[in-house]
Amino acid sequence: MFAAENGLKGDPRLQAISQAIRVVPHFPKPGIMFQDITTLLLDHKAFKDTVDIFVDRYRDMGISVVAGVEARGFMFGPSIALAIGAKFVPLRKPRKLPGEVISEAYVLEYGTDCLEMHVGAVQTGERALVIDDLVATGGTLSAAIRLLGAEVIECACVIGLPEVKGQCRLNGKPLYILVEPREIDNCC
Amino acid sequence: MAGKDGQDPRIQKISSAIRVIPDFPKPGIMFQDITTLLLDTKAFRDTIDLFVERYKDKNISVVAGIEARGFIFGPPIALAIGAKFVPMRKPNKLPGEVISEEYSLEYGTDKMEMHVGAVEAGERALIIDDLIATGGTLCAAIRLLERVGVHVVECACVIELPELKGRDRLGDKPLFVLVDGA
Repeated sequence: MFAAENGLKGDPRLQAISQAIRVVPHFPKPGIMFQDITTLLLDHKAFKDTVDIFVDRYRDMGISVVAGVEARGFMFGPSIALAIGAKFVPLRKPRKLPGEVISEAYVLEYGTDCLEMHVGAVQTGERALVIDDLVATGGTLSAAIRLLGAEVIECACVIGLPEVKGQCRLNGKPLYILVEPREIDNCC
Repeated sequence: MAGKDGQDPRIQKISSAIRVIPDFPKPGIMFQDITTLLLDTKAFRDTIDLFVERYKDKNISVVAGIEARGFIFGPPIALAIGAKFVPMRKPNKLPGEVISEEYSLEYGTDKMEMHVGAVEAGERALIIDDLIATGGTLCAAIRLLERVGVHVVECACVIELPELKGRDRLGDKPLFVLVDGA
């Protein structure tokens, strides 16, 4: 579900967040309009507002784990975790985590990839939030949900691509998104 | 005073929250695993607070974090001190126009990239990573920022491995560290 339809209709912070995101055409390949959040990170107010909107939503949900998907989930997750008093758990590409891990494979356009989490990072019965910068097909987030198991309360992303529009759930878990993708501006 | 030499009382808890994994990624390396620090809400909070206390009045407008563990510590610091966050990334990750800096590895070289236009000449920057070993990565980040006229005020890491002499490799660039690697 989009934030604008879920209590934040007309909130000026959402428009500022959307406008702080840069569109880079044809990255990583022709036809893809890449939603670049690095420009959002340069806008202190918009970045702070992004974190604050998530914190306001999750602070009273009894969430004890924020799991961030490597690497852009690392840019948003820890600030949310710190503000709501939760642990931060990085979900990483293969062979980055040094300790014993559990893995979950997921499908790419060509081939597969894998997401890993440290054994023991999350206990049974904990309530978890999964965070990433963007959801497209939902493949990565679905793998994250499978890794964390029954404990996932919601998935949160800054940007949601059209593939997920109209879907409020992913793998049975609610999905909360701040903004839609930007179109490329004609002027510049 | 904070930092590993001043022994602020929070330092001990931070140090003991870090897990050492022997022989990762290869035999003989004692890997300093900060993921257990991130599971300790008070120790993680204290880690960020120690950096924020040090930098909040130093007029820093840029926090540059080195991929990927620098992305975990950098943004909370940037948000707290009113600075922008700039990710310093491995090659081909950043979508826009980049500048690159090559640096040496034990075998071969790697490259670090930063978006063109992320920073402006004259800005004051802090570089953050979880750990300093040989200092090669931090030096590449310093060079990238200085090439575009940014003043690097300090490099900050949670952990230092002093025997690898990264501090010397940084030369005249100050280094602030919370704990020594166990």
